[in-house]
Amino acid sequence: MKLRYFAWVRERVGKPEEDIDVPPGIGTVGELMTWLASRGEEYAHAFENPKVIRAAIDRTHVRPQAAIEGAGEIAFFPPMTGG
Amino acid sequence: MTIASTVRLQREPFDVSAEAAKLTRGRTDVGAVVTFTGICRGDEAGEQIAALTLEHYPGMAEAEIERHVADALTRWPLLGVTVIHRHGRMQPGEDIVMVATASSHRQAAFAAAEFLMDYLKTRAPFWKQVEKAGAKTWVDAKEADDAAAGRWSPTRKQAVE
Repeated sequence: MKLRYFAWVRERVGKPEEDIDVPPGIGTVGELMTWLASRGEEYAHAFENPKVIRAAIDRTHVRPQAAIEGAGEIAFFPPMTGG
Repeated sequence: MTIASTVRLQREPFDVSAEAAKLTRGRTDVGAVVTFTGICRGDEAGEQIAALTLEHYPGMAEAEIERHVADALTRWPLLGVTVIHRHGRMQPGEDIVMVATASSHRQAAFAAAEFLMDYLKTRAPFWKQVEKAGAKTWVDAKEADDAAAGRWSPTRKQAVE
């Protein structure tokens, strides 16, 4: 599964994207964030407050309870500030 | 009735009047064109800004804007919509984003332009970083922008929190 990071989430993780094998038992976007936060200091920093992080599956906004099964690309980013 | 719809993301500056003129060229059914231009301000909370950098999520940004343009077309009798959003680094005084809406009457054009801007600010995947006093900082999302977008949806289902 491909993960992409944007803005300060990208800066804290230290890379714009990566391919990962999600361990069994992780079913939702929220669970994925909790697991990511355990992958090291930079991830812990990026995902220290998961409530503020937004997510998209295959380029569509999703909530933390969204299932990740079948997802090709999951993106994590801060609240948007365009316009 | 032809509906001219354009969504573009680009690094380069755009020409607001040329884009607005395209919405009325060769037709006489348009009675109103509203244009909104978002411009890079020279200060943020009283501090001078050297530049603004806009990061975006390629692919999703276009799709998200197109989704809201399609939504606007179902809500109002529009004859044309143009949304252009820049990304990359820009300096104070430069245009960042433009929305132009065309309709037979002004109400639809005004409302649709405001609707599109409210959604662009809260739902389109763009992030602003400002450079000031030698430091780069990410701009925080504003609750007022969420509230502005929320008023278009009675169920507020677009609010993530």
